[in-house]
This record gives sequence, structure tokens and C-alpha cells, in this order.
Amino acid sequence: MGEAIVITSGKGGVGKTTTTANIGTALALMEKKVCLIDTDIGLRNLDVIMGLENRIIYDIVDVIEQRCKLKQALIKDKRFDYLSLLPAAQTSDKAAVTKDGMETIVSELKQEYDYIIIDCPAGIEQGFQNAVTGADKAIVITTPEKSSVRDADRIVGLLENESIDPPKLVINRIRNHMMKNGDMLDIDDIIQILSIDLIGIVVDDDEVIKASNNGEPIALQGNSKASIAYRNIARRMLGETVPLQSLEDEKGMFYKVKKFFGMRT
Amino acid sequence: MLDSKQMITIKGTKDGLTLFIDDHSSFEAILDELSDKLSEYKPKKDEPVVPVTVKLGDRYLNDRQKKQLNELISAKNCFTIHAFDSNVVHRDEALTWKEESEIRVVNRIVRSGQVLEYVGDLLLVGDVNPGGKVITTGNIFIMGNLLGIAHAGVNGDRDAVIAASYMKPNQLRIADYISRAPDYDSEGVYMECGLIDKEQDKIVIDRLQVLSRKRKDISGFERRMLNG
Repeated sequence: MGEAIVITSGKGGVGKTTTTANIGTALALMEKKVCLIDTDIGLRNLDVIMGLENRIIYDIVDVIEQRCKLKQALIKDKRFDYLSLLPAAQTSDKAAVTKDGMETIVSELKQEYDYIIIDCPAGIEQGFQNAVTGADKAIVITTPEKSSVRDADRIVGLLENESIDPPKLVINRIRNHMMKNGDMLDIDDIIQILSIDLIGIVVDDDEVIKASNNGEPIALQGNSKASIAYRNIARRMLGETVPLQSLEDEKGMFYKVKKFFGMRT
Repeated sequence: MLDSKQMITIKGTKDGLTLFIDDHSSFEAILDELSDKLSEYKPKKDEPVVPVTVKLGDRYLNDRQKKQLNELISAKNCFTIHAFDSNVVHRDEALTWKEESEIRVVNRIVRSGQVLEYVGDLLLVGDVNPGGKVITTGNIFIMGNLLGIAHAGVNGDRDAVIAASYMKPNQLRIADYISRAPDYDSEGVYMECGLIDKEQDKIVIDRLQVLSRKRKDISGFERRMLNG
């Protein structure tokens, strides 16, 4: 029996979809059976980030309206067998997805998969309600900005009303130099306001955008900071104790040598 | 009306008249006797209106009966009812009193978009986050960070106070007064309270210690018992 986790944030553009794709990929890399669900009807993105856009035949609305079986709508990832995606509909109306429909789908998937990761749309309306229904756990994404923390706080408040475990927090898009200068909220401030457990921090990394555009989740690539961060989150979800990533840039041996000779860096 | 024992005794005090009403007679009989007594009284011109305190003993008067009595006594414009004084209170009234004077302890975080509303005083163990709101008819004490909106004395109690371990609120509201945070970015304050300053006619924020001077009667129950 698997576990359903909803990834949500309230505010748009903080990285819900990217996080869903990467946590899912990281879990699959650790040989867990993972199914991603995109619930952002009409604005589907998850398939693009996963690079599976061309393979969509049926979508979640087709499943709910019983035009196809759930198994038919699932897309197997092109890289490994452990990962599947249930894409959102691009053309249908948002109202097509109901709470009951979502619950049925999630509970059916739980039989088959270890982790069901639900990508929630922005906002707190029906789409959010649908995504949260059936989830056992929640991960709230925020960035170190006031508006995004405010919305995350609202979301945490709304999740209190659901029968769901207390959510975990991911702070995304951290820019170390801004945090140091006090131009961004720092991690402690954010945790103090939201007072939920932190499960990971992800630095703002250009590689993430590049990888998303190529349809290859960053978690698949070796050693970029964001990639390690997402894999760390997945490890923590499995119960491992992993220390938080250091935000300092590792300058490396070459830098030190250059500095020694007084060269410009 | 020739009973040996009178149902109504009238005494004059320096604060006006005190009416002792026997609590064993029927209300109708009292109204009769009172109107008799009052009709005997012929006021002189330009006499000031005399305040009357009505002592009811163990009698309970409902609002309709109070109104009847009031109409009768103030009919001639020379008396006015200052207060009813009874040994008994109605259960609902007592419960309301109790509710208003109790300190309710709540242990949670009031997050953005959430509203916590109570009758009486509130002791919140936890934070009020930006965008969150607490509203009470009495005082608000917060062991935690007050970053949202607090509204004390919502029914018009201007003596209500708002105290917090740390305060950097969006707004403080007490009764019909509102104050908001300054437009420039400011540091919050630790262990302070907001209260209405009568001279400045606005909400001021001061150290908690001033409460012992400015709001001596903050200990809820007695204050409300006395004020009714």
C-alpha cells in the first residue's frame, strides 16, 4: 500500500511542478515505484518537464469520465520503469475533475505504487481541494519571498482542515548572496513563521531551467546543487537523516591556487 | 392596601431614593401599591429629577417587568431609575458573565486567512501570523509573536488591552480605535502591550509594566461583576 503526497504552495511559480518531477525522479532512482499526477487541468506542465508530452493519449479527465481505464492513461517514463505519469487534461474544463474521482484514482494507484506524487495547481479553489483529497501527506513549497511565505502560511492553515499529516516544507530558489545581505528572508525566519518541519532547501540554479527545457529532470544529472538537493529530499522522505546542504559555493582547488598567485577570479 | 406590612418601603439617601420591594408579594400588587404611593406625591415645580435605586431582594425581574416598573416610576418625570439591585441573577445572565470574564487558553497558530473569535479574554499560546486575526470582547494576551491583526474589546470595551511576547502587528484594534504599523520597515517590540491612551485619544504601545498602573482592574471577573 503506497503513500500519496501532494505538492502544493498556494502561490504560482514557486516550483511545484519542478519539485514534483524531481522528487518523483529521485525516488524512482532509489528504486521506488512512483506515479506522478498532474492536477493542473488546462495548464498542464508536468509532462513537458518530464519530457513525456508527445506520449500522451489519454488524460486524467478521460479516466474520471470513464473514456478509458486508469492503466491506459498512465505513461511509463522513457528512462526507467519505476516512474509513471498521469497527465492532466489540456482542453477540458476544470470542473470535470471531482473529489470522488480523484479519491478513486489515488486509492487505485496506491495498490500499485509506493509513492503517488500529486502536483497541485496554484490557488486555493476547487483545483487545490481536488489535489488534496486522497493525499496522506503534503509538502509545501515556498521561496524566500514575503508573498510566497504568506501564501504558504495560508495553505498550511487550509491543510489543517484536511485529514492529512502536518505538512513538510521545502524552501526553493534560495539565492545565497541575497540571503546573506538580508535582501531575502532567511531560512530561520521562514521556519519560524510557518512552524512546520523543513524537509529540504534548494538553491536557485540555472541548470534547473535548462534541464526542464530539455525534458530531463535535474535530479537525473550528476552534481549540480539543485540535483543533490532534490535527491536529499527524497532520501529524507525515505527516513534517512541527511544534513542540510551548505549554501556556500565550493570554490575548489583551482580557485585556491589562483588566489594564491593573486590572479583575478 | 391596609396590610400591616408594607410591600414597598422608601428610604431617602444622599444619592437619591432607595425603594425596598418586598420579595414575597406578587408583582401586580406591587405595581398597584407603587402607583398609589406615587400618586400621593405631588412634585413641586423645578424640582430636580431624583435617582431611584430599586432593591428587589430575592426577586428576579425579567426585562418586561423592569420596563413596566421603569415606566411607572419615571411617568411623572421626577424620578428616574438609577439601578436595579437583586440578589438573584438569571442563569443565562450568569453564564454570559462567566463566559465574558473567563480567560480562554488556546494553543495553536493563527495562520494567514484564519480568524479566532472569542467572548471574554484570550490567552493564545502560539503565534498570530501576518494575515491572521484574533478578535475578542475582552483582553488579548499572546505568548508568541503577534504579526497579524488583533482586535480586543470588539463590543466597545475601550479599557481592553492587547499584550504579546513579541509584537509587530499589521494592525491593532481596540473597541472602535484602529492603529496600523508604520509604512517604513520597523523592528517589532518584545513584551509590550497596546492600550487606548485617553489623553492622546489613540492606541499607544507601551511596556507591559504600565498595565499595573493604567489598568488596575485587569483581573477579569470582579471587574465585570461590578460593571454588570
